[in-house]
Amino acid sequence: MSNTIFDIGQSGRRAYAQGVDRVSVDDCLADLPAAAIRQSNVGLPEVSELQAVRHYTNLSRKNFSIDTQFYPLGSCTMKYNPRGAHKAASIDGFLDRHPLAPEAASQGTLSCLYELQEILKDVTGMQGVSLTPMAGAQGELAGVAMIRAYHEARGDHERNEILVPNAAHGTNPATAVMCGYRVTEVAVDEHGDVNLAALKAAVGPQTAGLMMTNPSTCGVFERQIEEIAQTVHQAGGLLYYDGANLNAILGKVRPGDMGFDVLHMNLHKTFATPHGGGGPGSGPVGVGERLLPYLPIPFVLPADSSSKEHFRWASEADVPGTIGRLSAFAGNAGILLRALAYALMLGREGMHRVGEYATLNANYMAAKLAKAGFNLAYPERRATHEFIVTFAEENKTLGVNAMDLAKRLLDYGIHAPTTYFPLLVPECWLIEPTETETKEELDAFVEALIAIREEARTDAELLRTAPHSLPVRRLDDVKAVRELDVRWAGTS
Amino acid sequence: MPFVPHTVADEQAMLEEIGVAQLQDLFDEIPSHLASGQLQQVPEGISEMAMLQKLRARAEQDNGYVCFLGGGSYDHHIPSAVWDLTTRGEFMTAYTPYQAEASQGTLQLIYEYQSMMARLTAMDISNASVYDGASGLAEAVLMALRANKKNKSKSVWIAESVHPHYVQATRNIVTNQGVRIVPLALNDQGIVDLQALGSVESEVPAAVVVQQPNFFGSIEAVDALTDWAHELGILVIAVVNPMTLAVLKPPGEWGETGADIVCGDGQPLGVPMASGGPSFGFMCCRENFVRQMPGRIIGRTVDLDGKPGYTLTLQAREQHIRRGKATSNICTNQGLLVTAGTIYMSIVGPQGLREVAAQSYLSAKALRERLCALPGVQRFFDHPCFHEFSLKLAVPANAVLERMQARGILAGLALQDFSQLDGADHGILVATTEKRTADELDQYVDAFGEVMAALTEEGA
Repeated sequence: MSNTIFDIGQSGRRAYAQGVDRVSVDDCLADLPAAAIRQSNVGLPEVSELQAVRHYTNLSRKNFSIDTQFYPLGSCTMKYNPRGAHKAASIDGFLDRHPLAPEAASQGTLSCLYELQEILKDVTGMQGVSLTPMAGAQGELAGVAMIRAYHEARGDHERNEILVPNAAHGTNPATAVMCGYRVTEVAVDEHGDVNLAALKAAVGPQTAGLMMTNPSTCGVFERQIEEIAQTVHQAGGLLYYDGANLNAILGKVRPGDMGFDVLHMNLHKTFATPHGGGGPGSGPVGVGERLLPYLPIPFVLPADSSSKEHFRWASEADVPGTIGRLSAFAGNAGILLRALAYALMLGREGMHRVGEYATLNANYMAAKLAKAGFNLAYPERRATHEFIVTFAEENKTLGVNAMDLAKRLLDYGIHAPTTYFPLLVPECWLIEPTETETKEELDAFVEALIAIREEARTDAELLRTAPHSLPVRRLDDVKAVRELDVRWAGTS
Repeated sequence: MPFVPHTVADEQAMLEEIGVAQLQDLFDEIPSHLASGQLQQVPEGISEMAMLQKLRARAEQDNGYVCFLGGGSYDHHIPSAVWDLTTRGEFMTAYTPYQAEASQGTLQLIYEYQSMMARLTAMDISNASVYDGASGLAEAVLMALRANKKNKSKSVWIAESVHPHYVQATRNIVTNQGVRIVPLALNDQGIVDLQALGSVESEVPAAVVVQQPNFFGSIEAVDALTDWAHELGILVIAVVNPMTLAVLKPPGEWGETGADIVCGDGQPLGVPMASGGPSFGFMCCRENFVRQMPGRIIGRTVDLDGKPGYTLTLQAREQHIRRGKATSNICTNQGLLVTAGTIYMSIVGPQGLREVAAQSYLSAKALRERLCALPGVQRFFDHPCFHEFSLKLAVPANAVLERMQARGILAGLALQDFSQLDGADHGILVATTEKRTADELDQYVDAFGEVMAALTEEGA
C-alpha cells in the first residue's frame, strides 16, 4: 500500500482542529482588489483528522531512525538525541517568542544563547562565536566569506583559491565556489594524511585558505596538522576547520589549539540535536582573533560589559566589518536551545567523555571486524570516532559490492553506514557508531556482517536483490531520473 | 555518565579486544602538547530535572506577551496532532534518506510536501526545502542567474518592499559571485512603481524580485509587473507567505504566464515562531528549470517488483555528487519542519487554510480601522493590505511600543528598524492572525488610545 494523502481524500471532507468560528470567506475578501484573489482550487488534500493522523503514523513506521535502530552512518554522528533537550526547547516562553520581540522581552532567550556561545568558544578554543548559520554548509559559507573579507580588508586581492584535501566533503568545494573561489584539491597519502609535499607545492600567493576536517574523512587524525597550519599560514592563507568530525575530539583537543583560524560546528551531530529526516542542522562559526571583526550577525553581547546580567543583539554598529546576516532572523534558535540543554546535562566531565567513548566504540568495532577478516582502509592507524572498511576484496571474490552488503544489512535491522565515501577508497563503508551505543549493539553489527558474508558465499543473488524485508525492495533510481515524477498528478 | 552506556566491565573488555591498556592510548596519534585543558567555561553537568528547572525560569522571562508582531513570523494556531506526529522518533531521529528502502516514510512525506507546495503556489516543481525564506531568496537569485539563458546579465532587481532582512541575507550570500543587487523603487503607496519601470533604460536584469503581500503588508500589482518583466526576458521571482495563497492569487497564475521561481518561509504552516527558527524555506519553479533547482528533490519510482516507492532524485545537481559544480552547497535542509508543514496542510486542508487566511485578514482590517479612528493615528500607505499593515503615528513609534510592551502587548515592529522611508521613526508594522481574540483586539485598541493620548499630552 502506498496511497498518498491525496488518494485517501474526498472532496468536502475536512478536519476541524484549525477551523475558525466565524467568517464567510468570500464575503470578507470582497474589498480586496479582485485581480489579487485566487480563482483556482487550493489543491490541498481533504481528509479527516483521524485519516491524517493514521496516514502519517503509518508512514513514520516505514523509517529507520536512531530511536528504533542502530544507525552508524559515518560522518553524521547519529547519537542519541535526548528527549530532555527537546522538551527544554519546547517550553512555552521559548516556543512562543517572536524573533523580533524587543530585547527587554527576550532576556531569557538571549541569556541562553550567550551561555552557549561561551561554551562553544571554550570547547573549540576560539575567540568569538556566532550561532547564526543554519547548518554546516551555511557555517562553511560564513567561514569562507570571513576569510575573503579578511584578505580584502588587507588589500590582498590576488588570493583567488581555496585548497581542499581530495577526501573532503562535497560541501567544501561547493562552498568555496559559492564564495567566488577556485578550488584546488590536494592529495591524501596512503595513510590517510594530507600529502605534505603536495600541499607545499600547492600553496602560494594565490592561496586564500585551506579547508579541512580533523579527524579527516578517512577516519584518522591528521598527525601533521601543526606543519599544515604553518605551511598555509606562511603562504598568507588561513586555515578552516570543518567541524563535521568534532565529536571525535570533543574534550580531547581543540581546533583553536591546532592552529585553525575559523571553524563551524555541526550541533545536530556533536551536540545531539535531532537530525529530523534531513534537518534542521545548526552550524555556528567560531573564529580566532584575526577574524573577529567579520563575524556574522546577529550574535549576543552582554548589555554592559561589566555585568553579565543583561544581554542584547550585536549589530553592524558593533562589528562594522561583519559579513552580515545570513538568515531572516537568528538562525535555528530552537536547535541552539537544544544544544545548550545537552551541554548543561553533559557538563565539563561529560564533554570529555564524548570523544573518549566515541573513539572507544569505533576502535572496538574496527578491531573486531579486522579479526573477523574484513579489510580496514587504514589498518595501521588508530580509528577515531569512525573508520573505513573496504570491500574491494569481497567485490572481487564474491561478486557483491559495498551497496549490496549495505542493502542486506538493512534486512538485519541495522541502518547502513555511509557508502562509497570518501571517494578515494574503493567499495567502502564509513562506520561511525557514536558513544551512545552499547557494546551489545556493536557486537550485533559485527555478527550481522559476518553472517552476510556467509550469505554472499552461498547465495550472492540474495545480497544483490536486497533488501527483502523492508516496505519496498531495491528502487529504480534511473527510472526516477528519466521519468521524473516529483508531485502527485491526480485531480482534487 | 549521561548518555554513555558503558559499564566498567564493558570498557575493560573493549580495551582488551583493541589491545590497549587504557582509553588514553587510543589518542596516541594526537601530539600530546595539543591536549585540551579543563574547559573552564563549561559548567559542571546537571541532571535533566535541574536543567529543565533552570531553562524554565529563563523561558518564563520571555513569556506571556500578546503578539501583534509579523515581519515574516506569525503567531498562528497549530493543531495538536501536528507536533505529536512530527516528534515521533521515527521522523525526528532519522536523517537524510540516503538508504531509500529504509526511509520510505520520510521520502513519501516529502513527495506529498512537494505536491502540496506545487499546488499551493500553482507551480510545477518544489524542492524538499532550504533553510529559511531569506536564504531561499538567495538561492532563488542564484538559480535565476543560471536559468536565464537568454540574458547574460548578473544584475537582479529587488523591490524595496521586499523584507529588508531577506534582501540583506541575499546580498551577503551572493555577493562573492559578482551578482549585482539593484533596488527597485516604490511609489507613494508603498508598492513597486510600475510607472518608473517604463522608463528604465539601464541594463536589463536577469530577474526581478517582488514580495506578495509585501513587507509593509500591502498588495503588489503582481500581474502587471510579471507581464512587464517577461516582455523584456526578465525572470520573475516571487516571495510569498504560503498561508495567504489560500485566498490570494498564486504566483503560478500571475500575469499571462506566471512567476518563474517562488520562494518564502513555511513558518505560518504549523511551525512555532521559536525565535525565528528552525522553520523551513520553500522553493518552487517551472518544470524547465528543475535542473537548476538547489537542494534535495524526491521522485516516485518503482522497486524490483514494480511496486511504487520514493527516492532522492536528480542528485547530479547536488554537492555530494558534483562538488564544486553543484547548484548549491546545501546539504542538510529543514526536514523536520517540512514534516510539520506537511501534516499541518493535511489537517487544515483547503477550506481550513482559507478560513485562517480570511480570519487573519478580517482581524487586521478591524484593528486597522479602529486604530485609525484614534487621534494621531493614520495609515502609512493608502493601499489595500492583507493581515499586516503599517501605521504612521503622531508621536515617536518606539515610545508607543515600549509603553504597550509594559502593558503586556507586543504592539508592532518599529519601521525605522527596517526602512529609511520618510517618517519611518513614526511608523509601526502590525500583524494579526486567526489566533488574536476579540478581547485581545479590544485590549490593544484601548491601551493604544491611552498610550497615544498620554504621549501626546507629554509632548513626546
